[in-house]
Formats: sequence, structure tokens, C-alpha cells
Amino acid sequence: MYQRNRLNSELSFFQKIKEIDYTLLICIILLSIISLLVMYSTDGGEVLYHTKSHFSKLVVFFPLMILIAFFNIRHWHTFGYIFYFLIILLLFYVSFFGLKASGSQRWMDLYLFVLQPSELMKIAVILCLAKYYHRIKIENVNTFTSITLVLSIILVPIILVISQPDLGTSVLIALSGLIILWLGGVKIKYFVYSFITFLISLPFIISFLKPYQKLRILTFLDPDRDPLGAGYQIIQSKIAIGSGGLEGKGFLKGTQSYLDFLPEKHTDFIFTLFSEEFGFIGSVGLLILYTIIIFRIIRIGALSRSNFSKLFCFGFAFSIFIYIVVNLSMVLGLLPIVGSPLPIMSYGGSSMLATMIGFGIVLSAKINRKQTIA
Amino acid sequence: MIKENLAIRKSDVINRRMFIIGAAKIVVFAGIVARLFSLQINENKKYLTLSDKNRIREWKLPPTRGNIVDYFGNIIAGNLKVYQLHIIPEQVENFNYLLLRLKTLLNLSDKKIQKITKLKNQLKPWDSIIVSENLSWSQFLKVNNYLYDLVGAKPVMTISRNYPFSEMYTHVLGYVSQPNEEEILANEIVKERFVPGMKIGKLGLEKTLEKQLIGTNAIQRYEVNAYGKRINQLEYQKGLQGKKIRLTVDTEVQKLSAQLLLNKAGSISVMDIYTGDIIAMYSSPSYDPNLFLFGISQDEWQLIRNNPLKPLINKTLSGLYSPGSTIKPIVALSALENNIVNPNFKVKCTGKTELYGQTFHCWKEKGHGFVSLKNAMKQSCDTYFYEVARLLGVDRLNVTAKKFGLGEKVLGEYFDNEKSGLFPNTNWKRNNLGRGWVLGETLITGIGQGYIQTTPLQLCLMTAQIANGGYKIKPKIIVNDDPLSLENAKTAMELQSLQTPNTKLFNDQKNIKIVQEAMFSSTNEQFGTSYRSRIEDTKYQFAGKTGTAQVKRISKRERELDLKLEQIPYKDRDHALYVAYGPYKNPRYALSIIVEHGGSGSKAAAPMAKELFKLIIDRDELRDKQSNFENINI
Repeated sequence: MYQRNRLNSELSFFQKIKEIDYTLLICIILLSIISLLVMYSTDGGEVLYHTKSHFSKLVVFFPLMILIAFFNIRHWHTFGYIFYFLIILLLFYVSFFGLKASGSQRWMDLYLFVLQPSELMKIAVILCLAKYYHRIKIENVNTFTSITLVLSIILVPIILVISQPDLGTSVLIALSGLIILWLGGVKIKYFVYSFITFLISLPFIISFLKPYQKLRILTFLDPDRDPLGAGYQIIQSKIAIGSGGLEGKGFLKGTQSYLDFLPEKHTDFIFTLFSEEFGFIGSVGLLILYTIIIFRIIRIGALSRSNFSKLFCFGFAFSIFIYIVVNLSMVLGLLPIVGSPLPIMSYGGSSMLATMIGFGIVLSAKINRKQTIA
Repeated sequence: MIKENLAIRKSDVINRRMFIIGAAKIVVFAGIVARLFSLQINENKKYLTLSDKNRIREWKLPPTRGNIVDYFGNIIAGNLKVYQLHIIPEQVENFNYLLLRLKTLLNLSDKKIQKITKLKNQLKPWDSIIVSENLSWSQFLKVNNYLYDLVGAKPVMTISRNYPFSEMYTHVLGYVSQPNEEEILANEIVKERFVPGMKIGKLGLEKTLEKQLIGTNAIQRYEVNAYGKRINQLEYQKGLQGKKIRLTVDTEVQKLSAQLLLNKAGSISVMDIYTGDIIAMYSSPSYDPNLFLFGISQDEWQLIRNNPLKPLINKTLSGLYSPGSTIKPIVALSALENNIVNPNFKVKCTGKTELYGQTFHCWKEKGHGFVSLKNAMKQSCDTYFYEVARLLGVDRLNVTAKKFGLGEKVLGEYFDNEKSGLFPNTNWKRNNLGRGWVLGETLITGIGQGYIQTTPLQLCLMTAQIANGGYKIKPKIIVNDDPLSLENAKTAMELQSLQTPNTKLFNDQKNIKIVQEAMFSSTNEQFGTSYRSRIEDTKYQFAGKTGTAQVKRISKRERELDLKLEQIPYKDRDHALYVAYGPYKNPRYALSIIVEHGGSGSKAAAPMAKELFKLIIDRDELRDKQSNFENINI
């Protein structure tokens, strides 16, 4: 055991390069290129602020991902709890001193870019819980103490994020956390019970929602009730996607976005623009690319020897999947509008940083797939 | 060992649970693809339309009205380039500053500024506000010079109605002006094609022929962004000009009519006796329709409205007059047709006749002595016609008069202000006034006084139908088909009378002839009432009948005084009338002249006929050459 440990930890630089998952890497690069093209289109076919900024973020975060990949997965295991508490601290900081924009306080100014700690929490909660379930004995998973502990790990950041207020991100954090609980072996009946409880208490939860959040749900149920107000985004998004047709309107020819009918086209509605310009074929292509990425991550998890790697990879794959599903369902009018970016594609540094960190750890897990962690 | 086992079990749990989720993921992704498919493939058309609706906005431009031309192709209602100034609110940086600048540049009134501000709040930001509809060339230059300082203002060249003969045709054409809300809603076509700045016909043919004249909008299609700002023009669809309408009128004759009636109140109408073409139709005084195009000023409007000669009334169609002696040809004809009298029937005129204690005067105090029908007509002896009317009775007279178109609209379908006039009979009086007919009323009806009311155009039609030998014609002012030559028109008219017997207005054409001869003698024989206005050249020779319609009962005292025209107050003077047709040998045209308060028909009205016939007959040949519309270059 000792020997194997030693062997794995001493992979040479070239061995590490050889072990990198190139399929995943190429997919990520491809996605980055597509995201740059789409960003270029949102700028109206010119290299303007969003394109430049998105590009510079890719230039910084992509090497960061590679860097993370070259560290032994063991270190990320060690780092798990610390990272989580660090982000919790940042969330506290933000809730007192954060930047305010459009009614919520969720950002901190780091001079170079504005950080949104709640985005990083999506990764931190996975890392933290993966470490927890890696270390805990399987018999103890369903004990009261354990369940209470993991629920607090999930609930503390959620409460902090909801109070920002940011419903979308908190839901995503919750789902990322819950999936690790699921993978870690928490009894299925608990999930069933809590789901039923959730359904029953739903009306009460809704009564606690802020007026604008209630409006979003109402709008989702009937976008036409206020076509120029709350329903505007979803109607225009559907028009853009629907009018794209099979082949799309062509690169830089999306009239809906070009003529400013689409709100938030750089961020949450980036897929709408993509789908309008590249049509059904392009959209399915993008979905396939995401699918490859997800299954590649799952495969890495399956190949990994350590449960930490497995839990992290599976959890991360699932959360990517959830981000995509929530975002696409939102722009396709299948879900109410909750702020949720599309990984890599959407403009936004924190979301990209979190995703790149996640990819880095996954790549590290691949390189160190034979590594066991005590 | 146990620990190792447990570790294996844990990773099994993880893998198994991952598998469950993996399967769920595929289902969810499939669901998303299905949604994409339904939006992009199934409902693509719907969303494509919605997207186009989003991005394309149409701007309709005012349609160009069709031209109206006279018989010879001269434009009498055309279109002119006008210079306008528009404001497009969304392009304005500082609205108050712009208004201030424009106010000083164009001398706009405070009221106008208020109106613009009000409009700005009502309209959409991309709808243009018309600041000035008709800039002079120098104003237009001035605006263009300062354009750099007038952000949001847009000088526009557009097309507007124009009446080159100004007041000449107002009562025929009417005029166009901005429609009010009711007018827009009342007419489907106007509603559909309305754009700010569009004008519609308010009166006359411009109103009745609206559908044909209006034309279609030119359409500019712009791509706009979400804020409605124009990005680029996608398409410019030219509008079709409205239909060109050719009228039967002759501008030269119309001009002469206007000249003759200058400063007088009255009407002249001229008609082709075979085709029914109206060659001139002028009501005096008139007013300039161009004043209404861009909104008439209050002062100008008051001037027109308060003119005592009443320019707003179309006297030819809506003026109701007692026909006076001009009715006598019909009275004579009716008596002949009903075998009440023969041409040799004589009556002794002593200047007055008594009936049931009432005295009926002849215009000639001394009396005409024994007069026959021809002489009675020639000298317009009232006594003779009192007697003939008494023998004939008003009901039989009414039948003949109705046949010749009295009491009935002549051009009703084209002019909604046309009046039908009145030709009374015993039934009419009983039904409308509730009293029985009195014989005395028959007598005065016989000389065209009393209840009887006619429009000048009716008298013209009546004369035309006597002149053409007693055939019904359908007067018209619009050229529909190729105009017929004289011979063809005559033949067509006679043929029609064989097919539809009610277009033949006589029992015995000899009677028509007698009346024609009597009218001839009235103009061309000595002692005839219009003898002084005769033309001896047979080419121009015409036959006619004067009329003098009393507007007020003449008192005994006034009769004794025998006042000169100038001594009587304007309001109380008689209307002067004259109906005539010519050339006598081969008649073609009929006319009626009315000069309100002009005194006697022979002095005030008949001399005009002389001038008119000269011109009309001189232009007869020219008119015949215009048989084919295509020959005209417009």
C-alpha cells in the first residue's frame, strides 16, 4: 500500500501530461471557442467589451485548470474542508460588505474582476461533502449525527445565498449537495420522505418568496399574462429559438438578439442567441458536446480508485448536468426564470472560475486515478 | 479485511447510484431535445412570423390621389410637390430646445407649439409629427440651413392635392382636407389607408369618388430594434396613384361662365342635349379650394361664410328657384300634348285677369291683346298661360313636368348636396300642407311661381330634352366609355326610346316642334323677350326662353311705382333666368342661366347666353375630336 502510494504520487511531469484526458480537454477547448464566437455575436459582430473580457477570463482560468490538474488529487482532498469554510467566510463577507446590483448583494470587488462567492460554493459544497463521505464509514452514513451534519453543510451556504437574495444559485447549491448525499448512500426513503414534505410545504415556501420571485413563477405558468413586463424575456426567448428553425438564421444574423429583443443575452440567455443563429442542428450539437463532457467526467469517476474522486466526479458531472438542464429549461420556457448560467458559455467570471476549478480537479482525478486516499 | 470489504461496498453504492442518475440524465436531455424540436421544427413558422413581426415595422406614406381632368385632358385637380417639416420624437435630443428654434425660424404660434407638444404625448415615439404642412421654398431652405441645430426635425418633400383653376371648379370637385375621426371610421378604405397628413374628399366629386381617387399607400419597411429605432430600410413598396377621372366639363366654357357671373350670385349650366354631358356647371360666387388643403385660417373662413352672395352654396344643384317664365315651354307642351289647346288657340290679354275676386297680373301692364301660343311664348304673356294652366289643371301639368325631370335629382348619385326641388300637384298639397288645391295656385304655377321650385340644372335638363326632340337623357359629368360622336349619340338616343318607351317624352313630336319654334321666335323675332340677345349667324343661332322669378309679392303700390332695378333693395329684386339651346338648325347644346336678384331675365340673363353660345359652338368641333381618351396627353 505504501509502495503504491509512493508510486502514484511520484508521477513524472511527462507521465502526467500523458495521462491527461484529452477527449475532455478538447471538448472544453471546443466549448470555449464556441463561447467566444457567441460572445462575439452578442457584441453585434465586433470584438467589444464582452468578447474581450470573456477571452481574458478564458486565458486566465484555462491555465488555472491545467495547474489544478497537475496537483495530486490527494491535495484537493486535503483542501476540501478548508475551501468550503473559506467560501463560507466570503459569503458572510459579501452579506455585510458586498457590492449591490439590481437589488441583491452577492459580489465582491477584487479589482481585477468581481467575484461572486456563491458560484464558487457550488464546487465547494461538492468538494466538502465528497471528502466527508470519503472519510465516513458506510454504516454511519444514515446516523442522525451524520445526516444533521451534512444537512447543515448544505443549509448554511443556502441560507446565506438566499438572503442575498439569489434563489437560483441556492437551488443549484442544494442540488449539488443533495446529489453527493445520494451518492454517499443516504437511504432512498429519506429522499422520498423529504421530497413529499417539500411538496406539502411548497405553498408555505411560496408565501415566503419575495414578490418578484412569485411573479417569476406566475409568469412561468402563463408568460402571456404580461407580455411586455415579466413575461417579456421568456416570450422573446421562445420567439428567438423557435424562429431559428432547423439550420438557424446564420452566424451574426440572429435578428432577435441583434436588434436587442433578447434581454441578458450575454449571460443567462446565451443559449437563446446560439440557438437562434445555429438552429436545431447547432443546439443539438452543443447538447451533444455537453453530454460528452458529462460522460467523460463520469467515466473518470468510474475509473478512479478513491471514493473521493468518484464522489467528486459524479457530483460535479451531475451539477454540470443540472446547470445545463436548469438553464435550458428556463430559456425554453419549461421552468420559471431563475438566474442560472450555462457552464463556460455564459458571460461571468465566477461561474467560469468554479467550472474550471471543477474541471481541473476532474483532470487531476484522471491523472491520479490509481491514487488511493487514506 | 473488513475495512477493505466495506470500502468496496461503498464504491459499489456510489457506482450503482450513479447509474440510476445517468439513466435519468439521458431521459431529461431527451426531453430538452424534444422541446427544442417542437419549438424549432414544429412551430418554426409561428415563431418566424413572430420574430419578423418583432423586427419589421411598416411605415405607410400618404397615397397619391388620382388626377381629375376636364374633357380635353387639362388637369383640374392634380398633385403638387410640397415641402413639409416633420419631427420624429425618438430622434429628438432636446424637445423644448427644438421647439424654441423652430418657433423663431418658422414664426410658429404658441397655439401650434402647444398642439405639437400634445401630439408628442399622444403618438408613438417613432411616429412623425407634422410641424408644418406647407413650407414656402424660402422656409424650406432656411430649415435645411439650420438642420445641424435641429436634431430630430426632418424636412420632407411630399405630394399634396392642388387645384390649378382654384375657385373655378370648387362646386364640382369639392376639396380635400384632413379627415376627422368620424370620417376615418366611417369609410373602410380611408380607415385602412389613413396616415397622418393624408387628406380625403370633403365635398363634391372628391368625396363621392373617394374610393377611386384615393390611391394606395406607399410602404416603407424598416428593420427596427427592440426600442423601435429604425435600423435599416428593407423595402420600399411604391403606392399606386388613384384612378384618373375624366370629366365631361370644358374648362374654357367654365371660365367664361365664371367671368359672366363675376361679382354676381347665380349659376350657369351647359349640357350636351344628346349625351347628357355636362359641359359647364358653375355656381357663383365660388371660393378657392386650395385654402382648405392645409387647414383654412379663421379669418379666411369667416370671409367665405359671411359673404352675402353665399359662396358655400352650390346654386346649380342645391339652389331652389321659382322657374318663372322658363316653365312656359313645359306648360305649352303639356297643354298641346293633352289636346287642351292647339297652336291657334288665342287669348285676349288686357294686362290682368280676375279670378274669384283675385287679380292676376301680366308683366305687361297694357296687355298683349289677342295672342296665340307662339306669340304668348315669344312675348312671355302671363295672361295666356294663366288661361292655359286653368284649362290644363295642375295635375296634368305635373305629369309632363315630371317626365322632363322637374322635381327630381339630376346627378343625385354624385352630389349628396343636390336638391330635388318640387313640382306641386293637388295630392302633394293635400298630403303636405293639409289643404285643398286652389285654382289660383294653378294659375301662378302656369307662370312658374308659387310652390314650384327647381334647380338650375333641372331647367337645363328640361331645355335639353325639349331641344333633342323630346327624349329622356341621363345627364353625366364623368366620362365613362368612349364618347359618342354626334350622329351616334343621336341614333343611340332614338334607338333607346324604341326599346324603353318611357324615355320618349312626347305623344306627338309635332308638339315638341311647336314649342321649339315658339322658343325660337322668343329669341329671334321682333318683340321676343330675348330678341336683343339673338345671334343672326345660323351657325350660332339659338332659341330660348327668359324668366323673371319674383322673390316677393309685388304690392299694388310698388306696381304703380314701377321702380327701376337699382331702386329696389338687393334682397327684393327678381331673379333673372334664361334657358336656351342651340344651334337652332342642328341643336347640340342646352343651357340654363340664373342671376340671383338680377332683375329681368331678358336683361340680366339672356345676354350671357349669347356669349356662351359663341364659345360653345366654336369649340364644338374640337370637342368632337376628343372622342378617344387615349389621344389625350396628360
